[in-house]
Amino acid sequence: MMKQLFPKQHVMGFVFSLVLSVVALSVLAFDMSYKMGMAILLVTAIAQASVQLLLFMHIGESEDKKTLYTNIIYALFVGVVTILGTLLTMIWGYQ
Amino acid sequence: MESHEQQFLILNEPMIVGAMISIVVGALSILLGLTYFKKWGYLWREWITTVDHKKIGVMYILVALVMLFRGGVDALLMRGQTAMPENGLLDAQHYNEIFTTHGVIMILFMAMPFIIGLINVVTPLQIGARDVAFPRLNSVSFWLFAAGAGLFNISFIIGGSPDAGWSAYFPLASLEFSPTVGNNYYSLSLQIAGLGTLMTGINFVVTILKMRAPGMTLMKMPMFTWSVLITNVIIVFAFPVLTVALALMTMDRQFGTKFFAMQDGGMDMLWANLFWVWGHPEVYIVILPAFGIFSEIISTFARKNLYGYKSMVVSMVAISLLSFVVWAHHFYTMGHGVMVNSIFSITTMAIAVPTGVKIFNWLLTLHKGKISFTTPMLYSLAFIPIFTIGGVTGVMLAMASADYQYHNTMFLVAHFHYVLIPGTVFAVIAGFHFWFPKVFGFRLNEKLGKLAFWFITISFNVAFFPLFILGLNGMTRRMYTYSESTGYGPLNMLSFIGAVGLGIGFIILVYNLYWSIRYSPRDETGDPWDARSLEWATHSPVPVYNFARVPKIKELDAFWFAKKNNQPLSDGPYEPIHMPSNSGMPFLMSGAFFAAGFCAVFSWWIPAIVFTIAIFVFMALRSFEQDHGYYISVEEIERTERELGGDKE
Repeated sequence: MMKQLFPKQHVMGFVFSLVLSVVALSVLAFDMSYKMGMAILLVTAIAQASVQLLLFMHIGESEDKKTLYTNIIYALFVGVVTILGTLLTMIWGYQ
Repeated sequence: MESHEQQFLILNEPMIVGAMISIVVGALSILLGLTYFKKWGYLWREWITTVDHKKIGVMYILVALVMLFRGGVDALLMRGQTAMPENGLLDAQHYNEIFTTHGVIMILFMAMPFIIGLINVVTPLQIGARDVAFPRLNSVSFWLFAAGAGLFNISFIIGGSPDAGWSAYFPLASLEFSPTVGNNYYSLSLQIAGLGTLMTGINFVVTILKMRAPGMTLMKMPMFTWSVLITNVIIVFAFPVLTVALALMTMDRQFGTKFFAMQDGGMDMLWANLFWVWGHPEVYIVILPAFGIFSEIISTFARKNLYGYKSMVVSMVAISLLSFVVWAHHFYTMGHGVMVNSIFSITTMAIAVPTGVKIFNWLLTLHKGKISFTTPMLYSLAFIPIFTIGGVTGVMLAMASADYQYHNTMFLVAHFHYVLIPGTVFAVIAGFHFWFPKVFGFRLNEKLGKLAFWFITISFNVAFFPLFILGLNGMTRRMYTYSESTGYGPLNMLSFIGAVGLGIGFIILVYNLYWSIRYSPRDETGDPWDARSLEWATHSPVPVYNFARVPKIKELDAFWFAKKNNQPLSDGPYEPIHMPSNSGMPFLMSGAFFAAGFCAVFSWWIPAIVFTIAIFVFMALRSFEQDHGYYISVEEIERTERELGGDKE
């Protein structure tokens, strides 16, 4: 009964996502170096995405979670390759 | 928006006016014929509104054949123009338009729909499903593709075709250097067709992962289904890049942004980069299902199970990952450093390894097999050596330092035709012959099929082998003419003769279709080739529900072993079958897409916005629609099965 009235996971997730958003916003509020700001944003973004996927969308609880994780890894692979590869060909490795 | 002078209807080219007249006459006669024979209702009920994967597949293939004709005529005109030095058949502008449309049509409106058509017809049958996961979405996919193809094809009579190559490199494709609406057609029609393809990708990934018959684990799927799964995963991850790139192109050309401009912080090479981030996986999107088709055909007609099933799967997964890390080999000469070129050289050459594994697997499948030389098998056997020539010249091109010599020469043109024609065109024609009896209940004539095969294979080599030599002699691609002193004349003439032969081969193929529809004996068995996978376990033509009872799978090639051991794949009484109902909405919504796209090409923004709103209205209507499909009763299943010659499984 108590569990139904107070879904612990969801509330925790909600609190986490709020905290993470505030931390991300702090990059704007405080005066810090560009690198520092980007580092904070990257970490909070990854944490935020995991909170959404695990706590709200219950990715770990479905029976085909293997497929879902494979899918996410593949997507990350393609995304990272595209972004870093483009930087490599167009900026870093350009003569 | 700056305005520029241009024609709405292209009336200064006799050839285009001729085409325009024939299109109008053809369209009118089709409309009159439909009215005279009272076929409008039939067309609407049975085809336009259908959500049946088999009929959608047939429509895809029909459009692909028409587009093969259009792209083939483009090719004949190009080869005709270059057959002799200083030829005057086409002027420079017309030649530019024709090589652009040839490329776009052959890849996106011929190879893609032909492949997706076969995927549609075969995949649900091979996994024992009744339809795809999202039948309505499948219909949307097809009609969006048709709208995109239609929009692209009217460009040559209304407003002028794109003329910056199928890769539409900036700055050439920018408003500054291509001021006509041609490249607006390019960006918008590809955008619309690309949306459809992306939906197909999602649809088939879900279908294969979720709707396999009980007992069919991933490693018991037929090889074609495996190739379809991998292909559609690539589609899902590659096409969004094209969507973004085309959107940026539209912004640049029609809204004055500077993403690909050479000044104001833009970067023209970024287009080439994004285009090939999509473009190289796209090559594997059209080649991997072809590998699947050949695997099915070779193991069927060698009467052996496929050699190295696991290594086939692993190599396809490897190809799908590698396909995303090689794109920069399309522009080695664009000015990046040795380090970048070396990285992409190595990744490119690495693709030869899994591809080589597949070639050896096919050869070992043939080894000691009882080979029957049917038409689909002939195409598959011809594929192996010809594709290997294409592959080896590909490794030559992969070496960045050597590529400075080959880049943009006819050697490259010969290479990619040597990969794409045996790889994709042979595969889809072989698949067309192979699965034709499944869909229509009779085989295509073997004698005519073999005649077409020999014409196509020999002419293909006559048409494209000379281009290797021409390229090494220094002839660049996309030149509309050359002087006699270059010495390119004789080999180009030879190539033209080959192109004419390919045209004749295509005519024989179409004549075979006509002849077989009229005279070919009907197949009663449902399994005319004595094949191995599940699609042959049901009747031909396939009833709307595919399988009266869902088959139960214990092993790979379950149907083959069921035949050998005389054990049925399923038993028990029939049960009512739940099927999706037809809908005209996908067709109407794609009509709105077409109209919005057409208006946007000419920057008529008010009507474009009105039609875009119509698209959203259709989507909103769909959200509130209550449609739970319908049930086919047991009596009706019994009646259908009786009419088709009794229980199959």
